[in-house]
Amino acid sequence: MGVRLLALQGSWNYETLNGTGVGFAMEPALRLLPGGIKGEQYRAALARESRYFNAHPYLASVAVGALTRAELDGVDPTRIERFRTALAGPLGSVGDRLVWASWLPFCSLVAIGVFGAGGSPLLVVGTFLLLYNVGHVLLRAWGLRIGLARGLNVASALGTPVLRQGPLYIGRAAALVAGFALPLALQRIVGPGRVILGGIVATAVVGIFLLGRLRERAEGWRIALGVLAVFVLYSVLT
Amino acid sequence: MSFLEALPIAMLGALLGLDVVSFPQAMISRPIVASTAAGSFIGNPPAGLLIGVVLEMIALDTLPFGASRYPEWGSAGVVGGAIFASQPESMAGALPAALLAALLTASISGWSMVVLRRAIASRLERTRDALEDGSRNALFSLHLTGMTLDLLRGFLVTIVAMVIFAPLVKAIVAVWGTDSATSNAVVIVIAAVVAGGALWKVFHSVQRVLWFFFAGIVVWALWVIK
Repeated sequence: MGVRLLALQGSWNYETLNGTGVGFAMEPALRLLPGGIKGEQYRAALARESRYFNAHPYLASVAVGALTRAELDGVDPTRIERFRTALAGPLGSVGDRLVWASWLPFCSLVAIGVFGAGGSPLLVVGTFLLLYNVGHVLLRAWGLRIGLARGLNVASALGTPVLRQGPLYIGRAAALVAGFALPLALQRIVGPGRVILGGIVATAVVGIFLLGRLRERAEGWRIALGVLAVFVLYSVLT
Repeated sequence: MSFLEALPIAMLGALLGLDVVSFPQAMISRPIVASTAAGSFIGNPPAGLLIGVVLEMIALDTLPFGASRYPEWGSAGVVGGAIFASQPESMAGALPAALLAALLTASISGWSMVVLRRAIASRLERTRDALEDGSRNALFSLHLTGMTLDLLRGFLVTIVAMVIFAPLVKAIVAVWGTDSATSNAVVIVIAAVVAGGALWKVFHSVQRVLWFFFAGIVVWALWVIK
């Protein structure tokens, strides 16, 4: 199940989202149901667990563990379906805040900082992958373990300080690292010359302020694409 | 670059494209990793890392929340890294032109992920009865088909992008009219602005976050003085 969780989103689609992935990940455990893979209980459980589900892919391990426990304990299917529906929202929002909006940017910034400090390609990439995946693997393993242990009573585990306070502390750490890492990385790319670095930092600060004003109305990477295309065109034509 | 020359790069793009969503989401698809890996394939890992860092800063703007649509950085990082690493050193237009190729690839590749997800949904519709009947074979077939198609998607995006953009970037670099320092400065300003805006978007609600950012700036200043 642990390995299958890594492929949880293999059939992600706009109809069932990661529902079929949950069924795929639970399948080995469902074979333990009476009658095995030819049994009626196995087929009913596999069908039930492969329906619509939406959660953060890492924290979906909590659901996979808890639903497996419930199926193996023979909990009433209606109760399982209600639980499944109730669990999806929190696992999505908590996971998004903790992983996509905190841990991933933090690890990126640390790697950018290692680059800025003169790190070799191997050191930069190794730092990023090691740091990120320690969190990634621990989170998946914890989720599966806590889900299997607590079954339908797993909701209280979502109140654990790491999930509740994690984004706050990681966010602050990321801000600290950003203040150090971004100018350091810019400095390494620019090379020697404080005047040009000063100009870049001043222009960047103005740009960040303007982009910050736009907030949700504009995607920074699209603006970057447009500006870069104009600049390339200009440089080719002049 | 010929089809055969692009083949190993496309295989790397396929593997890293698979990591974005399908398997194993270990973030080997982040540009800082993908571009460096592609640069290593070409024999120039430092160049791959350099464009990887620039792309990583831009990629901070598009975090993969839920079912949102976002550019696909795995294949794009490979394309950007391979193209930039294969340019002769100190060519003024290499970084901006390779970066533009990578951003265009990311955009197209993001669209290809939407197409893939629709294709999986369409296949799901055709096997819905079997899935509702608890068919193990139907579920496995759907899941493995999804992953295989994703691998194929990454391969196709990378090879098409390499075949189109590699000669295009070479041609752009040959007629480039802006000096090296200005060219790199424009790229760096773009990356810094997008990264700064992205971080503000993500972290502005964190209490006292600016104090921590300024503390980081102080650490940087002390580092520079030292």
